[in-house]
Formats: sequence, C-alpha cells, structure tokens
Amino acid sequence: MSSDTLAVLRPETEAELAEAIRLASGPLAIRGGGTRPIGRPQPGALLETGALTGITLYEPGALTLVARAGTPLAEVEAALAAQNQRLPFEPPDHRGLLRTGGEPTLGGMVAANASGPRRVQAGACRDSLIGVRFVDGTGTVVKNGGRVMKNVTGYDLVKLMAGSWGTLGVLTEVAFKLLPAPESAATILWQGLDSASALRLMAEALKTPWEVNAAAHLPDQRTMLRVEGFARSVAYRADELAKALAPFGRSVTLDAEETATLWAQIRDVAPFHDQDGDVWRIAVKPSEAAALVARAGGEALYDWGGGLVWLRVGEGVDLRARLGEFPGHATLVRASPETRRRIAPFPPEAPAIAALTRGLRARFDPRGLLNPGLMDA
Amino acid sequence: MQMPRPSADILARRASIVARLRALLPADAVIDDPHETRAYECDGLTAYRCAPLAAVLPRTTEEVSAILSLCHAEGVPVVPRGAGTSLAGGSLPTADSVILGVARMNAVLEADYDNRFIRVQTGRTNLSVTGAVEADGFFYAPDPSSQLACAIAGNIAMNSGGAHCLKYGVTTNNLLGVTLVQMDGTVVEIGGPYMDAGGLDLLGVICGSEGQLGVVTEATLRILPKPEGARPVLIGFTANEIAGACVSDIIKAGVLPVAIEFMDRPCIRATEAFAHAGYPDCEALLIVEVEGSDAEIDEQLGLIRQIAARHDPVEFRESQSEEESKKIWLGRKSAFGAMGQINDYMCLDGTIPVSELPRVLRRIGDLSREYGLDVANVFHAGDGNMHPLILFDANKPGDLETCEALGAEILKLCVEVGGCLTGEHGVGIEKRDLMVVQFAPADLEAQMRVKDVFDPAWLLNPAKVFPLAASAPRRAS
Repeated sequence: MSSDTLAVLRPETEAELAEAIRLASGPLAIRGGGTRPIGRPQPGALLETGALTGITLYEPGALTLVARAGTPLAEVEAALAAQNQRLPFEPPDHRGLLRTGGEPTLGGMVAANASGPRRVQAGACRDSLIGVRFVDGTGTVVKNGGRVMKNVTGYDLVKLMAGSWGTLGVLTEVAFKLLPAPESAATILWQGLDSASALRLMAEALKTPWEVNAAAHLPDQRTMLRVEGFARSVAYRADELAKALAPFGRSVTLDAEETATLWAQIRDVAPFHDQDGDVWRIAVKPSEAAALVARAGGEALYDWGGGLVWLRVGEGVDLRARLGEFPGHATLVRASPETRRRIAPFPPEAPAIAALTRGLRARFDPRGLLNPGLMDA
Repeated sequence: MQMPRPSADILARRASIVARLRALLPADAVIDDPHETRAYECDGLTAYRCAPLAAVLPRTTEEVSAILSLCHAEGVPVVPRGAGTSLAGGSLPTADSVILGVARMNAVLEADYDNRFIRVQTGRTNLSVTGAVEADGFFYAPDPSSQLACAIAGNIAMNSGGAHCLKYGVTTNNLLGVTLVQMDGTVVEIGGPYMDAGGLDLLGVICGSEGQLGVVTEATLRILPKPEGARPVLIGFTANEIAGACVSDIIKAGVLPVAIEFMDRPCIRATEAFAHAGYPDCEALLIVEVEGSDAEIDEQLGLIRQIAARHDPVEFRESQSEEESKKIWLGRKSAFGAMGQINDYMCLDGTIPVSELPRVLRRIGDLSREYGLDVANVFHAGDGNMHPLILFDANKPGDLETCEALGAEILKLCVEVGGCLTGEHGVGIEKRDLMVVQFAPADLEAQMRVKDVFDPAWLLNPAKVFPLAASAPRRAS
C-alpha cells in the first residue's frame, strides 16, 4: 500500500468520483477504509471513497437502509441498534486479523462480500444487498437493484458487484435489507472435541429445527452453537439442543452477554490476531473440512458449521499444492506483499470461467484502471 | 406486443436445421410437426402466441450442449423453457427459434443432509424438490404459487420468490451452484455444495437472467430442516391504511413472520364468494404466519395480537387446529382461481416500499375508475411485492389493450414511489418496453454488456428483458 509518491484522490461526490475515473491516466487502487489489503498488491494512485458518506434513507418499518459507500460501518450499526435492528450477515472487522488501521466502510464490506458467523443461516452480505450505485471503468454511473427487497427487474448486477473487490466499478451507494435484533441469545458450548467430532456435532445441530444461526469450532477445541430470538424461545431451543446433542458430551449454556463477546471474537478470527504466519480462508463442503485441514497442516478455526475454515500456516507456504482438488476454494487473506506477489491470493479458475471473468472486466473496465489484477490467479 | 421479424433465411433452412437436430438426438427428442409445436407456442402469458421452428427435449447436459453448439453454428435463436408457467412471456418463442425444453431432465442427482444440499436436474418441479427430502425432515424454501408445476430451471431463470421469502429469501439466496451450458455449447460448473461460489459472483448474475446467459441443466440447492410447526392468524381491518400500518408495526416490533399476506376488499369478496373460507366482510385483511414450537408460536402470536389491538381490528382469528389453518389459507390460495372465475385477469407484480402501501392502493383505486376496469389486490405485504389483478374481458374488443395500458400505469406508479416493475415474475416480453421507466440508458447498457460476454451473438432468448430498440443493434450483429 505504498502511495507516498502517488496522488491520493478523495472525491466528495459521485460526480467527482466519475470525473476522477474519466480523467485517470493509469491504474487506480480503490480504497474504502483501507482495512482489508487482500489480493495482489496494487501499485496505482489511491482512489478513496471515504468522503462519500451519509445514510440517505432508513425506514425501520420497511427493514431497509440506503447509505453512501464511504459511510463507516460503525455509524450504520449504531443507527440500526437505536431502532433494534441490524445487518443480517454479521459483518466482520478484519483490522485485528490483517493488522490494519482505518475505519471499515460499507463499500469496502460489500466489495469484499464480508460475512460473519450468521452467514450459515441468514446468508452472506450479497444476500442482504438489494441495491447499488457504482461508477464503472469508463466513468459512467450505473444503478442496479433498488430499495425494495423483492426485485427481479433486469439482471442482478447487485450480486456481481458484491465480492468484486472494486474490479468492475467503484461503489458509491449501497442498499440493504435488515433484520430485527433479537431480544436474547445463548451459546451452547462443548469442550475438548477433536475436529472430526466437532464437525459431526455441527452438522447434526444444523439439521434440527431449532434455528442454530452460528456453529463454530476453535483451535482450543471449544465447539459452539448459537441461538437467538425471544428469551423464552432461546431458552427452549438451547435446552433442546443440549439434550439432542448429549452424545457428544456435556455442554454448558452461556448467556446473551457472553454470547455477544464470544461470537465477535469468532467473527473477527481473534485467535489468530497475535499469532505469526499467513492466514488462508477456505470455503469447503463441511463434511470434507477435517480431512482437508489434515492434508494442509496448520491451525484451523472452523466457522459456518465447517463450511468456512480459517487456516493459519507458516509464512510464504503455497497451500494450494497441499490442498489439491476439493469441493470449494482457498484464498490467501493475510500474507506479506512479497508473498501476495508470488502466490496468487485468489484461487485459479477453470478456463471457461476465467474467460467469462476476463470478458466482464474488459467490458466494465476496458482501460484496466480499477484494481487491475487484484483478483488474478 | 411487438416481436422481432423472424429471419427469412432461417425459416428457409428449417428442414436442414431439423434434420441436423435429429442427427444429434433420439427420435422422440425433436418435435417439428406443426400440430405438436403448437404446444410450445406460449407460456403462462397466453395472450401472446407463436409456434417455434422446432422444439427439442434433451435428457442430458451433453445433449443440451450439442443442441446449443449446433444452433450457435447455424445462427438459430434458442428459447429455453422450464415448465412453461412464466407469467411474463419468458419462454414465448419466435417463428425462427428452437424451443429447448428441460422437462425431461428431472432426476435427483444427490441429496446430502449432513451438508444440507440437494443436486437436481433443472426440469424437476419446485414442489418435487421438497418432495424428495421432506420424509427426512427437510424442505426447499422458495415457494412460488405455481410450485406444483413450475420447474427449477424457470425458478433460476426468473429468480422466483413466493409467500415465505420474507424469512427464507428467494431463489438466488438458496442456490449454491449450477451446471450452465453456454450458447456455444461450453459447459461450465459454477459453485457447488459449499457457501460462496468464489471469484466474481457469476451465480448471482445468472440467477434471474431469464435464460439469456445460458441453459442451466443442473442445480445445487440449499435445503433446510422443517420447522416444528407453523400457525396463521387472520386479522381484519376497516381500512387499507390501517392494515399497512399494522404490517409496519409488526416488523418494527422484532417479530419476523414467515409470511404476511394482504388482501383488499374486492379480493376478499371475490374469494369469499368462490371459496367460502369464512373471511370477514371488511376493507382489508392480513394473514400472518409464524413458525416454531407450540410455545414459541403462542409467544409470537401473543405479541402480534397486542400490536393488532392497537389498530382496532374488526376480527382477530387465531387458528386453533390444522383444519382452521387450512381454512385461513384457503381464501388466499384460491384468490387467483376466484378471479379467473369472474373474469379474465392480468396479474401484475411490482414491488413498492412498504411505507408507500396506503398511497399506492389509493392511486390504484383512482386509476381503476379512470380506466373503467376493476382491480383486486392480493400481495406479500412484508416485502412490498404487490399483485394487483386487473379484471377484463378478453372477448371484448379493446379490453386487453385498456388492461395493458392500466397495468403500465400501475407499474410506473410502483417505480415512481421507489419500487420496481417486477418482484418475482420477471420482465420477459411483458415489461420489456417499460424498462426505460426504471433504468437509464447506461443502466441497461451495463446489463446488456453481461449478455455480450456470455452470448456474444445474442442468440439465447434474444427478444426478452430489454426494450427491442435498445437491444436491436446487438441482435442484428
């Protein structure tokens, strides 16, 4: 992220941002709050969206919020909390894991499709995203979706923008559907299970009707399930889960306050904050997660019932050779810029998919200005 | 409704194109007898009909690939078809096109409860996906009204919703992976039995692309454990505005029902006369359904009762039995049938911000009087997806045109208040020419660029979604 000698563009309106892209003569490194330096290092001039701020519409009775892309996530979460609502997908804060400063923004969160533990039930960031405005690589403003939660009018470019890491366009405004915040929450905790048993426990739990909305297994062999809702309902479901899963051993149930602290740690991958090494993020078919980790080596934090593995390994290790073919994909999220130049952070794609990806980039960003090569394998 | 003029060149080559298709496929998979191709002349939007050049009914992804590859080489347009239940004309053919129907591809390929997914061929019907897993306590959540007949292929093409999507989301939120055959015959696998497909979200843009980016032959779908139980309540009100305010209050209170359905007086009267569900004679009613154990349901319904009481309901009927639950849903589920018995009707599908409900219903009433056609409203109130039903007489000259003009006005109104043209039915041909109301030229251009990438020659379902004038330069090339 060295930009000392290059310009920093910090447009204050969408029109200024479009102008900046139209006038750009070379690559632009797109930055929201600068908390997620993932992918191939970007050499271009910095284009920051941090000055495009403000909630433009919030209707609690319609469960919808629209805000400019540079709005700090914390500001939005505070506004929602005041109405007892929240973003459904529990967005993670990556600053501890990636050792960055800055302020996470809505736009950065969307560009990364950043989703936390509740993803297993409530879907990813892209599932709650209902509208976008962005500026493409030609400097043209495009809108797609809107502010209503059911909308199939035309192609869904909203999804395409989520997780595109600024490579198809620079987001200027994003719209979300929301959920009510629950009255209460509880965590059911088991200690000392090996990863294979923990994965079986989580699979069994997610098969029950008791609406488990998070399931994780930590490197210290704690295995946890979360339920949220009305207080009596939470108590009932926690009890049913403990009984049904008693064959896995004795559990304890933690209250709402402990639950909030604990799952914030899991969401932010806290166990790896003070540990050395590179960190990989692996999406995998849950039943194959334990075998995959055994092949890869390293220390694993399993979230999403085993569907997401955070894996800590030695610096500079090219994990892909060890993982081989598997149902899922691996992304190198924490590594030095040197390593991220040498080892592709994003997974390689089948030739036909790579051709589609190239085609889309060529049309949305024909001059190759926007985070060029960031997602390249 | 205008459709592009069929290519004289393709029509002239009809016999050789059919012969080449026959060479690729089993004898019963190619239909070109004009009596038989008439079965494919329309879908659920029956006002528009045109027999295709031929229809093909492949059984495997390989056959689909061979068909598309051939049509690509011959420059022949292909119109994909699931079960033909589209209400928007999504699978309406042109005379120079080949209908590619996936109805014979309906196998369950894998059901995996540990990882909570099912992989099916996409000709399988929506309800039979749930049918394949419900004995084991699971279900597939998206539930369009046509779920008994509609195919997963069409659900993916239109990103179908349903009554229960307030809690469970629509097709795109329950789709994990697809096998997609591109127009040139290339087969790609996107996503699979894991969360987040990786790379750019191609899955997200394929879902809802109305069969214009490729033919989806297999799909990996998320399945969910069935809730312990579910129970509806019926609440009657003296005004639409009051019912609308009650919906908003329920949502703000932190209850998340699986469904909140709304019916207005014309709809209540018509369905009551048809189905005798015992609905109260009132201006507006809500059906609110919640899920969980008995105690959990009691708690949520208690809260809903408190909220409703603040709005002076004329009726609050909580189901006490399976029988009563069925009766509460009976009227809602017969609404379209009831309308069909009275008259021909056109079903609209715009979505509006929930807060605009009273204003939009008032304005629809004004427009209805202005155009001289009755409109009944039944819709998914929790998410603002409206279904105004415009009643008309297909045998009366000019009535269809008046109905379409009124429909266009109502959809423009939806956009004007911050909503959209279609919440779950899709654009097809029906709303194609209204797209300019919702989108600026640059917005449409961005969408068409995606099609350029997947189908550079614009052969797949080419005359849909985009206004003909906007897509003309691309279709001509």
